[in-house]
Amino acid sequence: MKMIAAQALVKALEHEEVTTVFGYPGAANAPIYDALSKSTIKHILTRHEQGAAHAASGYARVTRKVGVCMATSGPGATNLITGIATAYMDSIPLIAITGQVSSEMIGRDVFQEVDITGATAPFCKHNYLIKSAKDIPKVIREAFHIASTGRPGPVLIDVPIDLQLEEIDFQYSKGPDIRGYKPTYKGHALQIKKIVEAIAESARPVICAGGGVITSNATAELTELVEGLGIPVATTLMGIGAIPVPHPLCLGMLGSHGVRAANLAVAKSDLLIVIGARAGDRATGQTDKFARQAKIVHIDIDPAEIGKNLGTNIPVVGDAKIILQQLLNYVDEHYKEKHYKTQWISTITQWKNAKPTNNIKEDGNNEQYVNPKYALSVLSEVTKGETIVVTEVGQNQIWAANYYQTVYPGGFLTSGGLGTMGYGLPAAIGAKVGSPEKTVIAIAGDGSFQMSMQELGTMKQWDIHIKIILFNNYRLGMVRELQKMKYQMNYFAVTLEGSPDFVKLASAYDIPGEKITNNSKVKEALDRALSYQGPYLLEFIVDPEESTL
Amino acid sequence: MAKHTLSVLVENHAGVLSRVAGLFSRRGFNIDSLAVGVTEDPNVSRMTIVVDGDDYTVEQVTKQLNKLIDVIKIRQLNPSDSVARELALIKVTANSSTRPEIIQIVDIFRAKIVDVSKNTLTIEMTGVADKIAAFEEMLKQFGIKEMVRTGMIAIERGNQVIKIGSSEESE
Ligand SMILES: Cc1ncc(C[n+]2csc(CCOP(=O)(O)OP(=O)(O)O)c2C)c(N)n1
Ligand SMILES: [Mg+2]
Repeated sequence: MKMIAAQALVKALEHEEVTTVFGYPGAANAPIYDALSKSTIKHILTRHEQGAAHAASGYARVTRKVGVCMATSGPGATNLITGIATAYMDSIPLIAITGQVSSEMIGRDVFQEVDITGATAPFCKHNYLIKSAKDIPKVIREAFHIASTGRPGPVLIDVPIDLQLEEIDFQYSKGPDIRGYKPTYKGHALQIKKIVEAIAESARPVICAGGGVITSNATAELTELVEGLGIPVATTLMGIGAIPVPHPLCLGMLGSHGVRAANLAVAKSDLLIVIGARAGDRATGQTDKFARQAKIVHIDIDPAEIGKNLGTNIPVVGDAKIILQQLLNYVDEHYKEKHYKTQWISTITQWKNAKPTNNIKEDGNNEQYVNPKYALSVLSEVTKGETIVVTEVGQNQIWAANYYQTVYPGGFLTSGGLGTMGYGLPAAIGAKVGSPEKTVIAIAGDGSFQMSMQELGTMKQWDIHIKIILFNNYRLGMVRELQKMKYQMNYFAVTLEGSPDFVKLASAYDIPGEKITNNSKVKEALDRALSYQGPYLLEFIVDPEESTL
Repeated sequence: MAKHTLSVLVENHAGVLSRVAGLFSRRGFNIDSLAVGVTEDPNVSRMTIVVDGDDYTVEQVTKQLNKLIDVIKIRQLNPSDSVARELALIKVTANSSTRPEIIQIVDIFRAKIVDVSKNTLTIEMTGVADKIAAFEEMLKQFGIKEMVRTGMIAIERGNQVIKIGSSEESE
């Protein structure tokens, strides 16, 4: 079928079963937008390209599909960068399609020209600069394949405007064969056997579950394995939800911002099985002091992560779900009974109970402030952990990570690897668009919120009903805390004077809101916000001295 | 630190070299030399990369290179099982009194004079890095005006080939 390449591009997206894209138009992608207007694909106009990238990322995480975002050349493309890098660090499947200046002009610094494939190469799984219009359908197919398989990640496609307008013959073939890209899914049988033996020999095993468990949808397998053998699970920030947080075997998050029970268990363990996690510095701290008594098993789909940060005794390359299934095939009832870690479970349960992260009591009758840990604990109660919570970055993120108790994978979304302020609201928008039947709650800090608050307009334009819980400490709280601990309380550039009245701001977008300054009002306010048919903003005033942990 | 030679087969596309080079600088790996050219298959280029580092570094380099979609295959070459060569072009100052001595050195090293002028000699030299270094050392006394080197390329001895699409070591 003959058509111009811009139409072919949109048609290729339809073949990939894309139903929604997030983006922002300009001259260099105008032909694509023209084609998009005639497509069944819904285009959601954000208020900033970064918002489009984060929204596509949030969408991808809840739908388990590839998120798609678009921008024009030059500043449109560079505005996507933070979103692409955020998705890269968290292994989120994302396609970014950018317009580029005319191919014969490339390299001459013409209006709105920028080398976006060069700029994004370090944090894209792969990228393409289209050289010939007829390649477009093939490149789209390859890009979706690369973004969504193996270890997922963002792929950028840069399309010069002259090529968008060229007529081509549209043909779409499935299944690219890329000779330099063949991910491994199944674990090596010998290594699986070694893990089974290591578990049998171990008295104090711990599983460290990362985002890979969620990506591969391996929660059921993980839960079956740990319940059968009595192995506690610590999660990384990205791994929250890999096993329901209220599960008796879930220790919570490990690492510098994690909880004591998780860190203690890892420190005392004699076998640490890391699954779908890259053993990032925030999870491990200094690696020579990490899990010192433990034999290390590392399971990951990306061979480059194994041995990169953490010395490994038993490396296994493959998909978390498949490998967990392979492990389950080995452990029959007899093995389970024989090797169930009864003693260890009772020890870790004591640690867990010593400092619980649920049912937080309101501390006294403070008239001025809401305790965020208490508020999140109430939120867990009233939602039963069944909503999708999307966080910003800072203290609000860590409070939510440790005190909101999600019960399913994909119920807790956060920018883990890059720690991108401004991620929360647009990612929540994408999550709600992808999962309209679910309640989506954006947890914000006053600083982070102001990095993306223009997306309130996106919410309004597209009728996207998100509940926003804004923890306002009038500060860049986490940086202030750092200055308190490490810079002799030399507080500098951390007060946010000049912030708007957030309730009024929301009302300017026809979003109702309330400011709450007292623990005793928290539960009713949450009930009101959650039962309201529409978006809602709750501003909780928080003590600037409130600690992260 | 030890030097390791990697043979890397890549798609012969624009932009591949910059991806590979970018990866080295981004991840803090030290490259000693990198030489690239097309292979017997015009769709495939072969890079010979000499990496400076310990075993951990070489493993990391290999794994990270493998993640690049355009990288098809990587093999670390065993020095005793492979032939490695580098080409250097060296322009030395020469006059009627020094010229005979230079020509003698060129002969001893089995190098080749490729250009002569009234006060220069331009010499082509191939060999392993050590031999080129020794040659350069001998020429220094006359004054090296300019030197250009290709970086090392290497190939395995005997029947061994690096073949795309199979993990076999030889055919
Ligand atoms: C884009 C970006 N800029 C700067 C930082 C550094 N940073 C980390 S946390 C933080 C403070 C966040 O303030 P706020 O959103 O109010 O959250 P709080 O810590 O007060 O809960 C800053 C500035 C960052 N993570 N991201
Ligand atoms: Mg704040």
